[in-house]
Amino acid sequence: MTAARTGPSRLLLLPAVAFFALFALAPMLIVLGLSFFSWDGLDTPRWTGIDNWTRFMRDSVTHNAIWLSIKVMIFSWLLQTPISMLLGVYLAGKQRNRAVLAAVYILPLLLSAAAIGITWKSLLDPNFGLLGITGDVFGIPALRQDWLGNGDLALYVVVFVIGWQFIPFHTLLYQAATRQIPQSLYEAASIDGAGPVRKFASITFPQLRYTMVTSSTLILVGSLTYFDLVFVITHGGPGHATRILPLDMYVNGFESYHMGYASAIAVVLVLFGVAVSMLLVKLSGFTKMRSRMEGV
Amino acid sequence: MWRAMRRRTMFVGMALVAALVLAACGSSGPSRPGSSDGALLWAIEGGVDAVYQDSVDRFNESRSDGPGVELQTFQNDPYKQKLRVAIGADSPPDVFFGWGGGVLESYATAGKVHDLTPALRKDPSWRNKFLANVMETVTFDGKVYGIPVRGMQPVVLYYNKELFRQHGARPPKTWQDLLNLVSTFSSKGVTPISLGGASPWTYLMWEEYLVDRLGGPEVFDAILAGKPNAWSHPAVLQANRMIQQLIDAGAFGEGYASVNYDTGQQAALLYTNKAAMNLMGSWDYSAIVDSQPQFIKSGKLGWTTFPEVPNGSGDPNNVVGNTTNYYSVTKKSANKQVAIDYLKNTVMDEQYVDKLIELGDVPPVKGIDKKLAGAENGDYLQYIYNLAQNAPSFELSWDQALPPEQAEPLLTNLEQLFLKKITPRQFSTAMNGTLK
Repeated sequence: MTAARTGPSRLLLLPAVAFFALFALAPMLIVLGLSFFSWDGLDTPRWTGIDNWTRFMRDSVTHNAIWLSIKVMIFSWLLQTPISMLLGVYLAGKQRNRAVLAAVYILPLLLSAAAIGITWKSLLDPNFGLLGITGDVFGIPALRQDWLGNGDLALYVVVFVIGWQFIPFHTLLYQAATRQIPQSLYEAASIDGAGPVRKFASITFPQLRYTMVTSSTLILVGSLTYFDLVFVITHGGPGHATRILPLDMYVNGFESYHMGYASAIAVVLVLFGVAVSMLLVKLSGFTKMRSRMEGV
Repeated sequence: MWRAMRRRTMFVGMALVAALVLAACGSSGPSRPGSSDGALLWAIEGGVDAVYQDSVDRFNESRSDGPGVELQTFQNDPYKQKLRVAIGADSPPDVFFGWGGGVLESYATAGKVHDLTPALRKDPSWRNKFLANVMETVTFDGKVYGIPVRGMQPVVLYYNKELFRQHGARPPKTWQDLLNLVSTFSSKGVTPISLGGASPWTYLMWEEYLVDRLGGPEVFDAILAGKPNAWSHPAVLQANRMIQQLIDAGAFGEGYASVNYDTGQQAALLYTNKAAMNLMGSWDYSAIVDSQPQFIKSGKLGWTTFPEVPNGSGDPNNVVGNTTNYYSVTKKSANKQVAIDYLKNTVMDEQYVDKLIELGDVPPVKGIDKKLAGAENGDYLQYIYNLAQNAPSFELSWDQALPPEQAEPLLTNLEQLFLKKITPRQFSTAMNGTLK
């Protein structure tokens, strides 16, 4: 309140704030309210107090869904981070054929999740799928599996396909970040006699730290709310084997028409997502934003 | 001066926001319903779209002076949700397509559907046109809420005649026959029965028929009526034990849990000689006509009724399936008279019935034996017609008969049962919890 603020008036924020309030805050508050009602989408909502929340505490299907969501988060991170980073660093270089390869790697990013789901579903089909046929032709019987019908495998297959879709995006992040690293660092390391591995471990990797935080946040929070691909590829099946939390919410809301209970799940999802991203930011020191360019 | 200007910008800003908010709120729902240029009709695509469109065109031509009917078609599963949201938000079409049963009943009890009884009573020839057991599905508390628009769809056991001939097999008449066939075919490396478990409703056909054969339609009637512990009926427990017996015998092959019905693989297993039998609604016949007509033309497709079971008290002539599809008029509609005129004069008139038969659909209309006999695939059409007409009970598919809150848990629990994650007893306990 001392010195006059410079820059544009705060009033210019108003439209953005209004949109945020109208399309993000208001629905969230309505959903929070709805979680205390019983509503089938047709009649008027009926106040039921904490019934939906006590059901949430007891419902073993939902508990399993939470556990599956956590698994998807962890496995997605473990799968996507190393591959994206290595690919991104590779694509930041100046090798021959790089542009062509890059175009191929980025391809999945251009496809819609529904198209990816349908494609993989038919590739993995146990009777007519290309993967099974390939296995027969080359004599690798392990390829002919009931990939999506086996409850022990389905989740990992889903994590793999999610990775296939999103690795290109994270690769782009890492590629851009790698290109930002000043060339002089590498030149200095070369003079000191460092090889490619040493350069990666001592320069590239530490310099990519904030990109890693961004990418990891996107992967973790993204997996938590991931829905469309799983919906298309397994619809949560077989049984409950891939019924992750967002899918559980959808099934409760739009197939069983328990809108109140689905709202309770939605509230949990929001809180969980916010908690995860805040925790990540805190742990990584992202807010302090120390420069990684000391001495350059 | 500064102050005044600030206040003015603030005012402009707020007005802008208010305008945006109002604009956002004002455009609720489609603007179509209630407009004066005719009645809006929602149906699902697939199979007989040409018949719908033809009837709408003919109706509109006949009333060039007045408002007509406009047809919009959607995909099956998204349609059900779209309709639910539209009806719940009070901006429905004038006429909607449905399956009758618990879903329609829930719309009717919520006061969203127009009662067609007075209109039908005024015109007995209209009312008497349809087979009686088909109208039961849309009659609640003595009031009729729907008019048939499609053929009857009983579930029958299809089989591959070529494979049966190769292995010297004959279509099963009893449960024991079926078990013998299962071991015959699986020992020869043929999947005995194709099943599209990635779409869990395909499991339902087995449950419905076995419970009906074992205990008759009364068992499911008690479930529908919400009688406590109705799912623990001995017929349900026994049916589920028999299902798991089939699974243990390898009746559905290895990968049935991921066979996808929606992309046509369940039927494809049958006509590519990978599977010998297929228990499915009669709509699969139209699907095979569509994707592999040669299979039918060369006489390789056989069909028979679901086998009898030992000690079953249900009538072996009973059938289950989708009785048919129906059009219902919404209470909100501003064009009820146009809609009813259309339903009365054009739907299921002579030309409509002929076109349905041409496409392999058997309309639920009285007295069409001759027409069916004369049609291409006449023996199949007559078989379906007599099967449905003579059935003491034509039970609606359970996922349509039950309200959605119970249908969804039914499908997931059934899936668990077929995957042997739960026992028949656990199934009954879980399902009893959904009764109300």
